[in-house]
Amino acid sequence: MITGPALLLALLEGTVGAAVLALTALGLSLVFGVMRVINIAHGEFVMLGAVVAWWCSADLLDAHPLLGFVVALAVAPLVVGAIAIAADWLVLRRIAYDPERTIVATMGLLYILQQGVLMGYGPDARPLDPPIYFRVQFPWFGYSGYKLIVAGLALLLLGATWLLLSRTRIGLYMRATRLDSETAQAFGVPVKRVYATVFALGAMLAALSGVLIAPIRGAHYLMGADPLLLSFIVVIVGGLGNLRGTLLAAACIGIGEGMISVLFSPTLSKIIATLLVAAVLVIRPGGLARSTAT
Amino acid sequence: MTGSATRVYALHLAVIVALFVIQFALPAYHYGNVTRIMLYAVFAIGYNILLGYTGLLSLGHALFFAAGAYGAGLTAHWWGFGPIAALSAGIGAALLVSLITGAIVYRTTGVAFLIVTLMLAQAAFLSTLYFNTITLGDQGIVLSLPPIALFGASLPLADPMVKYNVALVAFALALLLSLWLLRSPFGRVLIAVRENEARTRLLGYNTALYRFTALVISGTLSGLSGALYCLLFGYVGSSFASLQYSTLPLLWTLLGGSGVTLGPPLGAAITHYLIDISSSLTSSYMILVGVALVAITLWFPQGLAGWFRRWKRA
Repeated sequence: MITGPALLLALLEGTVGAAVLALTALGLSLVFGVMRVINIAHGEFVMLGAVVAWWCSADLLDAHPLLGFVVALAVAPLVVGAIAIAADWLVLRRIAYDPERTIVATMGLLYILQQGVLMGYGPDARPLDPPIYFRVQFPWFGYSGYKLIVAGLALLLLGATWLLLSRTRIGLYMRATRLDSETAQAFGVPVKRVYATVFALGAMLAALSGVLIAPIRGAHYLMGADPLLLSFIVVIVGGLGNLRGTLLAAACIGIGEGMISVLFSPTLSKIIATLLVAAVLVIRPGGLARSTAT
Repeated sequence: MTGSATRVYALHLAVIVALFVIQFALPAYHYGNVTRIMLYAVFAIGYNILLGYTGLLSLGHALFFAAGAYGAGLTAHWWGFGPIAALSAGIGAALLVSLITGAIVYRTTGVAFLIVTLMLAQAAFLSTLYFNTITLGDQGIVLSLPPIALFGASLPLADPMVKYNVALVAFALALLLSLWLLRSPFGRVLIAVRENEARTRLLGYNTALYRFTALVISGTLSGLSGALYCLLFGYVGSSFASLQYSTLPLLWTLLGGSGVTLGPPLGAAITHYLIDISSSLTSSYMILVGVALVAITLWFPQGLAGWFRRWKRA
């Protein structure tokens, strides 16, 4: 029997999940929108973020979890962004961002990152202490205050990305490249550098969401699969490369996924979400193709 | 039959005969490896029909492999099907899943096609975990099957020689089927779809229907491989539906050379031995798969077959 309090708990969990998912999916959507690259390794960037968070808080700075968390928020995007720039420079640029070849290459990158972490970090799922511990007391249950902070931080980061895209010169370059890279190039936009920046930015957003969820879910070398699957779903349902659609879809799917996870089972919620994509395609067969063609 | 056709068939038959003959000389360790490689080769041939000849890149072929494996494994485990009935059930399951998948992805090509196949395979993988009362999830089902009763003879599946020759028969059938298919008018249209779909459509071919048929054949062959893998090694588990089993056929095909019938089996053989050697050195042996995929996209887009062709021309 589903009761009111259970529903409220599910709604809270869903909102937190949606906020983090929006961050991850925005990175994937940005990379696809600007570069026309499907990054299969996107989930691994989330995983790397979580692993860096673990490393900062448990290994490097064994002082207070909050200090490690703050350091990780700065270090993880830098490390992961650097890896992304290296991948762009060493691989993606050399195959001229050809859609199918980049998919094979990022598939390779997925295994290199995942197995590299397995080598260096080991197969264990390692828990992290939440940086802040307090409970928000509802009449029926207490809820982890850290989770609410996660949602807040994710929204803050989304806002910052939005400002970056709409108010800065580099944001303008990205939008111009997204619309028409050849014309942008003709107007003096350094398209190659924009590509590298966008790929890094996408990876950094993923890494940040990894840092945020690490204290909730721990850090494990296989944890990239779920964020990859869910952000793919969001990006497809929202329209490939459509940033507003991505955010809207992330909100709906994130909350729905979170609620079904709490009320029924996390695996079932992912199965339903995946089949939803199939349904979208059956109902609107041309929809996806149209949005990929442009 | 023209001269070149005879040569092509002779080459493929020679490979099959060679595989039959070396079983009397192979040491036990390699005997088992070659058995596995031949089953993987069936999977690779199935995958190549889609990627190599139709130009569709699927990231979800684990779906079909697992459909075959579970179709065979579940019926054998829960309903006590014998090996032949279970094999038929596996092939039937793979055919059904291919038809459904084909109906869903009917009109999608390129990037959309590979995302949808990836999603469907992930949904299947998660389902094998979710319905763990039936599939036993991660842990999987260990089968103990009665021997195959064929023409009055009783062939125990635990016998390495039975395994080897069953795998060889499947490999030979898949190889000759794909060869025949691709030299038939149907195969020619598939290649035309790969090269220029708009033009083929303009010539009056229903290209979506051709893609659909190629997907069904490809999926069913992959399912045959999965069903035999389950029956011969007596195990089926969630890992059969995992991303790894979607990545491997892609790697085999790209490594050996897509669009060449013997390329993917060769790719499967090389990959199997590389993984076998490296897995004794490190537990993160899949990193090799990652490095190989990146290296192929960078330096060998045509795979070994392309390299061989260039070498012959030089």
